[in-house]
Amino acid sequence: MESRSFYNEILTEHNMRPYYKHDIEDADLILEGVNPSCGDEIILKLKTDGNVIVDGAFVGDGCAVSQASADIMLSLILGKTKEEALRLADIFTRMIKGEASEEEIDSLEEASALRDISHMPARVKCAVLGWHTLEEML
Amino acid sequence: MQQEHIRRTIEDIRNDFPLLIKEPTAYLDNAATAHKPACVLKAEEEFYVNHNANPMRGFYPLSIEATDIYENARKGVRAFIGAASEREIVFTRNATESLNLVAYSYGLNSIKAGDEIVVAISEHHSNMLPWQMAARVTGAELRYLECGADGSYSDEEIEKVIGERTKLVAIAQVSNVLGRCNPLEKIIGRVHENGGVAVIDASQSIPHMQVDVKKLDADFLVFSGHKLLGPMGIGVLYGKEELLDAMPPFLTGGEMIDSVRRDGAVYAELPHKFEAGTVNAAGAAGLAEAIRYINGIGYDHIKERDELLTQRAIAGLKDIPHVNIIGSDKAEEHNGIITFTIDDVHPHDISEILASEGVDIRAGHHCAQPLHDHLKIRSTARASLMFYNTEEEVDRFLRSIAGVRSKLGWTE
Repeated sequence: MESRSFYNEILTEHNMRPYYKHDIEDADLILEGVNPSCGDEIILKLKTDGNVIVDGAFVGDGCAVSQASADIMLSLILGKTKEEALRLADIFTRMIKGEASEEEIDSLEEASALRDISHMPARVKCAVLGWHTLEEML
Repeated sequence: MQQEHIRRTIEDIRNDFPLLIKEPTAYLDNAATAHKPACVLKAEEEFYVNHNANPMRGFYPLSIEATDIYENARKGVRAFIGAASEREIVFTRNATESLNLVAYSYGLNSIKAGDEIVVAISEHHSNMLPWQMAARVTGAELRYLECGADGSYSDEEIEKVIGERTKLVAIAQVSNVLGRCNPLEKIIGRVHENGGVAVIDASQSIPHMQVDVKKLDADFLVFSGHKLLGPMGIGVLYGKEELLDAMPPFLTGGEMIDSVRRDGAVYAELPHKFEAGTVNAAGAAGLAEAIRYINGIGYDHIKERDELLTQRAIAGLKDIPHVNIIGSDKAEEHNGIITFTIDDVHPHDISEILASEGVDIRAGHHCAQPLHDHLKIRSTARASLMFYNTEEEVDRFLRSIAGVRSKLGWTE
């Protein structure tokens, strides 16, 4: 049996060398997200200017799926409006449930690398941790 | 009592377990629950197929048979752990319920404000939360015995924490994370010198070693049936007769009374005082059969297999870069439980990768969060072995572990 493909290059790269896993000092939105059952946790920090997310980062500890997913999410939402970020979060959540269209999945760019998680019920919570935290804070 | 037995081959032993014959994965999560041999499943089924009636209720033959099966199971447990009398053996659902019974019935009635309850920091939450509750309700102080980095409890720590105000000490014989045997002789001796009682969780020890409540001089001792090859839903509480006798019932209702009137009741004698409601007689029959099976294999054989497999696993893990074993570095101090981390890899990813390669291990904090905090580790992976595991399964586990870092993109 080969290891399942969802530990693909995009995921492992964002896990090993995250761009956004650090602290920022001038964030105006800060929220902690936790998966109590498995201990994944992130603290998501965003800096907004009016309606636009101008900067963001996260700190945390958890499995490769939760940490890479949060990193990919930040790369996608920076520079976007809050509405646009929430729209992407909605697509991501539906992709993980296996309910998003191909066109929608394409619009998630690198986050589409996590689409196979929809076949892994035990890891769904890990993949959506960052996105759910984002939805809650906006 | 250990009976004479013929040493059987591992292939032959594995054929006793329907799931080991059918299931191709290497099951290395035995500390969570063990597989069941066919004889245990048959004993449970046999109760319902041929003897089903409510034990201790009816005066017709079926109910008497059901009662005999249930009470014979109790005799089996008594002999197995060397208790003085069947009155000292209470059937519960599991170790957790046994511990809650002691905390609510003994703890809340015998411990007062100003007393101290001592709990080992390495305890499973099931032997910690009931004591947090008892301390909160009674106003007693909860103190922790703190282990060293290797999980051991020093004489100095035992003498410092257990003293004249200590009314109760709660500790496992073998830690479910570290696999290490705790120094019970020293700890129980110390608490008795000071007039307190010792509550021993034998859930992880009893699948691997002969447990003798008299030799240990334990006041209370608990274990679950399902880790001992028995069914889920049956557990044991052993308590010294004079202690159990003085304790009020934990749950009240049917089957635990002698007589009930409008204004009160006379409770049944031990052990039935603590067995309210219809009992799990089929589960007890299954547990009694599991005990017969374990005695047939023999603890000397079990110990030999444990050490062979654990040594192989630990030696193999030591050869893999970036793997860190938690606790002792001596195989004989692990009792089949090997907890570890891999640098830069979260335990959930370790478990996921191993699962995809047909190796079942546990990841997380193993219901021992305060121990992980104490050791300053967020979470760990755990492989736990049973005598029916094979060297080939250990090798498969080691090959998977060796490939984990590269699967996550780490190159060295």
